[in-house]
Amino acid sequence: MSHAPIPNGADPLDLLGTDTLLTDEERLLRDTVRKFVADKVLPDVGEWFDAGTFPKEMAKEFGALGVLGMHLEGYGCAGTSATAYGLACTELEFGDSGARSFVSVQGSLAMFPIWAFGSEEQKQEWLPGMAAGDLIGCFGLTEPDSGSDPSSMRTTARQDASGDWILNGAKMWITNGSIADVAVVWARTDPDGPDRGAVRGFVVPTNSSGFSAPAIHRKVSLRASVTSELVLEDVRLPASAVLPGVSGMRGPLSCLNEARFGISFGSVGAARACYEAALAYAGERVQFDKPIAGFQLTQRKLVDMMVKVQRGTLLALHLGRAKDEGTLTTPMISFGKMDNVRMALEVAREARSVLGANGITTEYPVIRHMNNLESVYTYEGTNEIHTLILGQAITGLQAFS
Amino acid sequence: MNVVVCVKQIPDPADPGALDPNTKTLKRDGKLILDESDSYGVEMALQLVDAAGGGEVTLVSMAPNGETAGLRTALAMGAAKAVLVSDDALQGSDALGTSKVLAKAIERAGQADLILTATESSDGYTGTVPEQIAELLSLPSVTFAKSITVDGSSVKVQRQTESGYDDVECPLPAVVSVTAGVVEPRYPSFKGIMAAKSKPVDQVGLGDLGVDAGSVGWAGAGQEIVEIATAEARAASTVVEDDGEAFQKIVDMLAELKIV
Repeated sequence: MSHAPIPNGADPLDLLGTDTLLTDEERLLRDTVRKFVADKVLPDVGEWFDAGTFPKEMAKEFGALGVLGMHLEGYGCAGTSATAYGLACTELEFGDSGARSFVSVQGSLAMFPIWAFGSEEQKQEWLPGMAAGDLIGCFGLTEPDSGSDPSSMRTTARQDASGDWILNGAKMWITNGSIADVAVVWARTDPDGPDRGAVRGFVVPTNSSGFSAPAIHRKVSLRASVTSELVLEDVRLPASAVLPGVSGMRGPLSCLNEARFGISFGSVGAARACYEAALAYAGERVQFDKPIAGFQLTQRKLVDMMVKVQRGTLLALHLGRAKDEGTLTTPMISFGKMDNVRMALEVAREARSVLGANGITTEYPVIRHMNNLESVYTYEGTNEIHTLILGQAITGLQAFS
Repeated sequence: MNVVVCVKQIPDPADPGALDPNTKTLKRDGKLILDESDSYGVEMALQLVDAAGGGEVTLVSMAPNGETAGLRTALAMGAAKAVLVSDDALQGSDALGTSKVLAKAIERAGQADLILTATESSDGYTGTVPEQIAELLSLPSVTFAKSITVDGSSVKVQRQTESGYDDVECPLPAVVSVTAGVVEPRYPSFKGIMAAKSKPVDQVGLGDLGVDAGSVGWAGAGQEIVEIATAEARAASTVVEDDGEAFQKIVDMLAELKIV
C-alpha cells in the first residue's frame, strides 16, 4: 500500500498554516512584537524571574512600540484591531506571562476603564502618558476576602459634604501595584447615598495621602512581574475622581472581559514557547544512540503539544475575529480563557517531561512558563468560574452559589 | 531635506529559498519582506531628516507582482511614501538593468537631496547597483558609509575601510551606500503600522518610467546564468586534541587564516 509522502516544507511550528489567516498588517505587527521580545525580553527574562523583578524601564520600551492600550482609539493609542492586540499578547507571553500581564493590566484594566467610562478630563490627564509608558497603571478589584465573588468587596467609597470621596479598604494580588502612578480602584458606595451602594470606579493617583502599595514577595509564579497589595486608609479624592460613565459590577467585569480576551491569545504564546523548547531539545538530546525525538513516546508528546498549540491558536483567532466584528460574547471569552490556559499548562507540563531534569531550571523557558501559568490559570476568573459561566450558558442554570 | 532610499523586497531568509531550474534564478513568487540590509539605510534616512528638521523619506523599490509587504515595513518605520516598479518584463534583470530602472524611479520620486542604498542585497549580493545608479544619474557615489552628516550643500561620510574609516566629503545630491549594522533600525511602531496602510505607494510599470523593455529583464541582461549547482557540503571541522600544545596549534591556524 502506498502513502502520500510527507510534504517537504511542512512547518513544525505551524503545521496547519494558520499564518495564512492573518493580514499583511497583522503579520507585520506580530513580527514586530516577536522581534521586540527576542531583543528585549528573552535575553534577560530568566534573570528577572530568578531575581523576582520586572524592570520598570520596560514600560517606556512598550510605550515606544505602541503596545500599551494599542486597541484603543485616540489619546496617543495606536487604534489597532482586537485581533492585532491578541497577536501582540501571544508574542509577549511567548517571552513571559509577566511581560504580557504588564501590558494586559496597563491596556485592558487600567487604560480601558478610563477610556470607556472616564470623563474627558480624566482621559486627557492619564491616557497619553499611559500609552507612552511614562505613567504606569494598575487595577484594584480583588480583595483578601473577595476573589471569585468580587461583589462581596469591603472597600468603601463615602462622599462627604464637600463632595470629596473617601476610600477605605484593601486590594490584593494587584499586578503593577507598587510601581503604578495611578490605580483604578473599585469600591462600594454608601447604601444610603445617591449611588445606593453601587460599586463605582475611582481614578486614584498613587501619591494620594493614605494610599500605599506594599509588594507581595515569596512568589514562585509570575516572578518577573510586580504583584502588590493596595492599602487605602482614608484616601481623599475630589468628586471628579469617580469614573462617571459606569455604575455597578458591569464596570469592572467589562474590563476583565478585555483582559481575559488577551489571555486567550497570550496563553498560546506560553504554550508555543514550551512546545518549541521541547521540540528543539528532543531533536538534540541523544539517548540509546538516537535523538529522543525518534522514540514513539516522545513523538506522542510532541504531537500532542503541537496539536494543542495549533488548536489554541485557531480558537484565539476566532475570538479575535468575533471581537472585531462585534459578535464576541462573555461565554465565548470564558471558553477562550478557560480552555487555552488549561491547554498551555498541559503543554508546559508535557514539555517539562521531555526536557527531563533540564526542564526544571530557568536555563530553559519551560518551568518558568509552567509556574507562571499556575497564576494565569487562576487570575482573571478562575478556571472554575469560567467553567460555571459556560455551564450556565449551555444549561440556563446558574451554579455559582 | 528629502532622502530617497532604495529598498529591496526579498524572499524571507528564514524560509529555505529555492532556485527555479528553468530561469536559474531565485524564486520570488512567495511573500517578500524588507531586506534587512536596507533597514539600516531607512533608519539612517529617518535620522537625517529628523536632524534636518524637515523633509521626508521616499522609498524606491522594484519587485514582482506589485509586492508591497516589505515597503509597508519601511513605511511603518516612518518613510512617507514609495515608488514601486513592477513589470513582468523586468524578470531576469541583471544588476545594470535593475540600476536603470531604479535610477528612473528615483527621478520619478521627486527632487532628492540624498539617495541611500545598502551596500548589497542579501539575496543577490552583486554589490554593484549603488555605483551604477550614481553613474546613470551623473551623481557622486560614496560607498560603505558608517556615518553620514549633511552640512549645507555637502555630505560628510565616514567611509568604512578594513583598518578603520576614511573621512569623505562630496556635494549633494549624491548616492551613498550604507554598511549594514552601523545604526540600530527602529521597530515599526504600531501607530506607524496603522498609518502605513494609507501612505501612498506609486506603482508604475516600465512604460510610466520611459524605460525600453528591451534594455532590461532577460532581453537586456548582459549576463547569462549558465548553470546552477548544489554547493558542496561543508567539510568536516578540524578537531584539535589537546596534548598540551593545542593552544599553539589553534593560534597557528588562526594566524594562517589571518584572524590574529
